[in-house]
Amino acid sequence: MAVAQDHVPSDARSTSPFWTVARRDSLAGFLFIAPQLIGVIVFVLVPLGLVFWYSLHEWNVLANTFTYTGSENYRMLLSDPSIVRVLGATAIFSVGLVIFNLSLALLLAVLLNQRLPGITVFRTLFFSPVVVSLVAWTIVWGFLLQKNGGINGMLLVFGMEGPNWLREETTAMISVIVVQVFKNVGLNMILFLAALQGVPKELYEAARIDGAPPFKQFRRITLPLISPTILLTSIITIVGSLQVFAQIAVLTQGGPGLSTTVLVYYLYQQAFQFHFFGYGSTLSILLFVIVAVLTFAQWQMRKRIVFYES
Amino acid sequence: MTHKRTLTSAMTALAVVVPLAWGGASHAQEAINLRMTIWSANEAHLTLFNEIAAGFKEDNPDVTVTYESLPFDTYTTALTTQIAGGNAPDMAWIFETSAYDFVASGALHPLTDTLTATEGYNLDEVNGTATERWSQDGALYAYPFSTSPFGMFVNNDVIKASGAKTPAELIAAGEWTWENAIATAATVGKAGKAGLIIRDFKYQMWQNLASVWNGWGASPWGEDGKTCTFAEQPMIDALSFIHEAAFQQKAMPGPGEDVDFFAGNAAMTITQISRASLLPKDNPFDWDLVPLPKGPAGEYALIGQAGVGVLAGSKNAETAAKFIAYMTNPENSAKLSQFFPSARKSLLNAEILKKTNPLLSQEQIDRVVIAGIEAGKVIPGHTGFAQIQQTVRAGLDSIWRPDADIPAATQAICGQIGRMLQR
Repeated sequence: MAVAQDHVPSDARSTSPFWTVARRDSLAGFLFIAPQLIGVIVFVLVPLGLVFWYSLHEWNVLANTFTYTGSENYRMLLSDPSIVRVLGATAIFSVGLVIFNLSLALLLAVLLNQRLPGITVFRTLFFSPVVVSLVAWTIVWGFLLQKNGGINGMLLVFGMEGPNWLREETTAMISVIVVQVFKNVGLNMILFLAALQGVPKELYEAARIDGAPPFKQFRRITLPLISPTILLTSIITIVGSLQVFAQIAVLTQGGPGLSTTVLVYYLYQQAFQFHFFGYGSTLSILLFVIVAVLTFAQWQMRKRIVFYES
Repeated sequence: MTHKRTLTSAMTALAVVVPLAWGGASHAQEAINLRMTIWSANEAHLTLFNEIAAGFKEDNPDVTVTYESLPFDTYTTALTTQIAGGNAPDMAWIFETSAYDFVASGALHPLTDTLTATEGYNLDEVNGTATERWSQDGALYAYPFSTSPFGMFVNNDVIKASGAKTPAELIAAGEWTWENAIATAATVGKAGKAGLIIRDFKYQMWQNLASVWNGWGASPWGEDGKTCTFAEQPMIDALSFIHEAAFQQKAMPGPGEDVDFFAGNAAMTITQISRASLLPKDNPFDWDLVPLPKGPAGEYALIGQAGVGVLAGSKNAETAAKFIAYMTNPENSAKLSQFFPSARKSLLNAEILKKTNPLLSQEQIDRVVIAGIEAGKVIPGHTGFAQIQQTVRAGLDSIWRPDADIPAATQAICGQIGRMLQR
C-alpha cells in the first residue's frame, strides 16, 4: 500500500484517496457475491415483484388485455368458495408429509447407522429414489395404485380386496403423501445419518454406565444432539410439501372432488388452465406469504426445539 | 494527401457496401416464416403437412411453414403459455371445447374474406353445423379441418366367446338400443373381459359421455349456453343408466380400472373413427364399427372437431390466412381426410371416403361416417370451458361410487357452474 501511495502525485496527497482499503475490500466482496446476487435479483426478486404487479391486474391472455383492477383479485380470494377446501387439503398434505417423512427418515437412519457388512447397499437402496425422475416415479406409482394395479394385485394374493386408492378421498390423499415420502425420504435419511454419526460415542458409553436404557439414550442424547438437523429437515420438507405439483397432476388431477387440490395445483389450474393469470398471481402471493410465515415461525422456534446451534 | 486518399477509399467502399447491405436486409424482410402449433406428432400426419407446406412454397417461395408438435394432454395450456410469453405461433390447431374461448376473445384473425376470395375454395359446401362454434357475427375465425364422428368399435371374438349377441346381430334384428348394448357388455363383463369402454372418459373427461347421454336427449346446458340443464330429468336418467352399467351390471370398467379395447381386452369401445388406426395388425381380432345405439330419445350421432386458425397477433396474419386457405382447399382437404374427416359435402361420399379410409367397409362408411357427420351434434363446449370442465369433474366425482345420490350431485353441479355459464 505504501508503494502505491508513493506513485500518487504530490498535489493529490492533501485529499484522501477514493479507493481506500475499506472501499477496495467492499468492492471485492461485492464482486464475489455478484453472480449470486444478480441471480437472486433476476430470478427471484424481479419475478416476485412482477407476480405482485400481475396480481393487481386482470390479464386475459387470449384477448391480450391487461387491466388494472387494484385489490379485486384479493377480494376474489377472500370470497372464493373453493379456497378453504384447497387450504385444508394443503394443510393435510403438508402435516401428513412432514410427520411421515421425518419419522421414517429418522427410523431408517437409526437402523442404517450400524457398522455391518453390506450396510452401504441398503443406504444406496433407500437413497436411490431421490435421483429417479419425479415424473417417471409418479407414473409408475400411478399404475401400481390403480384399482386393478400392482398393489391391489398383491393384496389379492393374501385374500384382501384393496381400495380404489386414487378414486376415494381419504386413500387418494394418503397415496399422494406416501408416493412423495418414498421419493424423498432418502434425502432426509442421509442428513439424519450424518447427524447421528456426529454424536460423540462417549456420551452413549457414559449413559450405559449410568444404566440408561436404549430408548432413554435416544430421547436424552440422540434427539437433542441432532435437533439442528431435525429443524433443517423439517423446514426443507414443509417448504417442499407446499410446492408439490407433479404428483398431484399425474396421480389425481386434484380429485376426487377437491380432496387433493393443493394450493400449487389450484394456482396452476387458475393461471394456466383457466387463463386467470391475475388471480393465479394472487394465489402465488398467498403461497409466498404462507411459506415465509412458516419458515419464520420455525426459525423463531429453534431456541425451544434446538438443543444447540453450531 | 494520404489521409485524403484513405477517406476517399473509405467513402467509395461505403457507397458500394451500404446499398448491398440494404438490399440484403430488404430481401431478408421478404422471407416469411410461419409456425403452426399442432397436437399430433404422428409421422404420417407430419409427412402430409410438410407436403402441403412444400406445395404452398411453390407458389410463395418466400414463405416457409413449420409445424410445432405440442403434447396432446396439455396442448391448450402450452399454447396459451406461448401466447402469454409473447411467443405466440402464427397459426394453431384448436380443440372444439376451446373454440368458444378463442373465437369470443378476439384471439383469432377472421378467415372468411381470405377463404371466399381463394379461387375454387367453395366455403359454402361446408355445412353450418360444422362451422357454428368457429364463427361469430357471420365471420369464420377458424376452419374445422377435422369433423370426426363417434362410433362404436366392436370385438366380435370377445362377444361371441361370452355367448352374447353381437351389435351386428342386434342391428339386423332392429334391436340396437342402449339397453341391449349394455346387456351384451354385462354378459362379457361376467365372462371375465371388460364390456364397454367410453374411450378417454376415465371418469374425468365427462364431455365424452355426450356419446351416451345424447341418446336420452340430455345436455349439460341449454341451447343458449346460459342455463344449466345438468339437473334435468333426461340427464339424471342418462347418468343413472351409466351408473348402473358401471357399478351394478359391471358392464363398464369402474373408476381407476384401465382397460385397452385395441389390445383385445374389451367387447366394445366408443371413440372417433380415426382411432381405427389403432386396430391391431398382428394377431387381429374380428372387429366391427357400428353407429351409437338408439336411446330413449331416438337415434343420434356425435362428432368431435378440430379447428385451425390464425392468431390475430401474428405479424403475417394475412399470409397465414392464405396458407390456411391452401391447406384446407378441396384438393388438400381430400388428402387430409384420410386422417381428419372433412365436413365438405363434395368429400362426404362413400367413394372418396373408401379411398381415404381403406380399413372401413362401404356399410361402415355409410352408417357411421357419412350419417354421423351429416346428423351429428358437436361435443359440448362453452366459453371458459376449462374451468367448467374441472368444476363439473369435481362434482361428478361424488357420482362415481356405488352409493351415489345422482339428483343431489347434479343439483350441486348446477349451483357451482351457474355463474360460469353466464360468461
